[in-house]
Amino acid sequence: MSKTLAEKILGLKSHSEAEAGDIVIADVDWAFVQDTTGPLTIRQFQNSSFAALASPERAIIFLDHAAPSPAQQLSNDHILLRRFAEEMGCRIYEVGDGICHQLIAEKFASPGDIIVGADSHTVTCGALGAFATGMGSSDVAVALALGKTWFRVPESFLIEFNGLFPKGVYAKDLILYLIGKIGADGATYKALEFGGDSLAQITMSQRLTIANMAVEAGAKVGLFPSDKITRDFLTERGRGGNYNPLYPDAEANYERVIPVNISQLEPMLSLPHAVDNVRPVAKVKGVKIQQAFIGTCANGRLEDLAVVAEMLKDEKRHPGTRLIIAPASRQVLIRAIEKGYIRSLIEAGAAILPPGCAACLGIHQGVLGDGEICISTANRNFQGRMGNPAAMVYLASPATVAASAIKGEITDPREFV
Amino acid sequence: MLDLVLKGKAIKLGDNISTDDIIPGRFAHLRSNLPELAKHVLEDAAPGFASKVRLGDFIVAGKNFGLGSSREHAPVVIKMSGIGAILVKSAARIFFRNAINQGLPVLLCDTDKIGDGDELEIDLTGGIIANMTTGVTLSCSKMPPIMSAILKEDGLIPYIQKHKDFKL
Repeated sequence: MSKTLAEKILGLKSHSEAEAGDIVIADVDWAFVQDTTGPLTIRQFQNSSFAALASPERAIIFLDHAAPSPAQQLSNDHILLRRFAEEMGCRIYEVGDGICHQLIAEKFASPGDIIVGADSHTVTCGALGAFATGMGSSDVAVALALGKTWFRVPESFLIEFNGLFPKGVYAKDLILYLIGKIGADGATYKALEFGGDSLAQITMSQRLTIANMAVEAGAKVGLFPSDKITRDFLTERGRGGNYNPLYPDAEANYERVIPVNISQLEPMLSLPHAVDNVRPVAKVKGVKIQQAFIGTCANGRLEDLAVVAEMLKDEKRHPGTRLIIAPASRQVLIRAIEKGYIRSLIEAGAAILPPGCAACLGIHQGVLGDGEICISTANRNFQGRMGNPAAMVYLASPATVAASAIKGEITDPREFV
Repeated sequence: MLDLVLKGKAIKLGDNISTDDIIPGRFAHLRSNLPELAKHVLEDAAPGFASKVRLGDFIVAGKNFGLGSSREHAPVVIKMSGIGAILVKSAARIFFRNAINQGLPVLLCDTDKIGDGDELEIDLTGGIIANMTTGVTLSCSKMPPIMSAILKEDGLIPYIQKHKDFKL
């Protein structure tokens, strides 16, 4: 039978036929938690009377969401997580190492892996062809103990990309456009599978941005097929041996096929308070902003910082707009320093935060005040997301955020690039 | 074991109630203190919700309930508030699974047929909702057998303690 990528991976890992709609029990390659979901995972693990992890070397704890901790309760949660890592012998990434999804991409994910994380943006590593999906603390606790979990094999949507990115238009604009088209629940329980003639021009950094936001259309995964870009990404990180390419079958059965002509796209925004409330930047420009935030698992990578460093070189942030930048990982930060991006950004007036989730989810490092407006490269703009229900968040590409930081209002980046 | 017949009053909410609405990130420091966290359930989206709920009441909402973050604290604090089940047109995937894993039923049905304050009687075995206020009977869509089995055991942890593994 011809298979989608989702059916292929779940079939291989469950040793079954795995057709869309089937319930399968699949082996888990990597299971992880972060610091806001990990403590509950550990308590559920202990409540189940589990004594050990199925594979400690495949279990990972990330301290990234509240890192460094802004409150004693969160510091105590960090202690709990560090102790668990020590007792169980699993991996742990410390404050300042970076965002879980970025580190999973850099160090662990390979095509065909099954990755479950107690974080909804676990879908990010679909960029590498891993069946990576978010779950809650109980599910991850059981996956950590048993080394497996159950899945309903999803139906797939094929998203076919054609054409090239116009100047000033990036992966973020593409995925925002797509979410606006599909809707926030348009792909609930489904797999998004990306294909089309443009793939060879879509970098791994862009793929990570696109897969990252599959969940904002409700999807369970956002999968890219394997190619030279996948292989090069792994090889450059010393993991070329893990390249076991996977593609959907030519006759695979898709529930929907959605063509996207990238060359027709323009810079896009998500307006408050819904990710699928999408409009072209050109229709919204002029809205005054008090905070501009660049970073997160959606857009905190080297390529993103390269774009904004180029735009902000010899420019200054608007005096009424603070600019906050958090690289996605230690490696991204080191490379950005080496390339001179960080100097350009600091000279332009940016506050550089340590690698981590930073201001994204309203815990620390950029909580908004009453009535304030932030333009952000993050992936969510729900009411209260950045720590204050009386604030508003617009989502955009790094270029749009940088252009807006310079002008102090929502600005089309094509004025600068 | 879960009670298979539930009775309570409908508390209506709208579409797209996110996990940030249910328990905002600004309360992340309370996630290891669930009784304190539960005081803030739906604080911004439905002010006064926590004090309004009587034990056994139902959340009745629209589409895409529980979208967003994977925080299982969302169904945990809803259950702690006294809610007996969540009735929605559709639920986001992770929330749906998390709620069942906490032994909190999520039933998919046409919630337009239920008004705020309606008295409901739910038969979980048959998937039937009787609206005692209007006399209308609704059926809800079936969940996969493994989810029904987890729900019957009152959640994933009791299920795994009993079976030691997933049973298909």
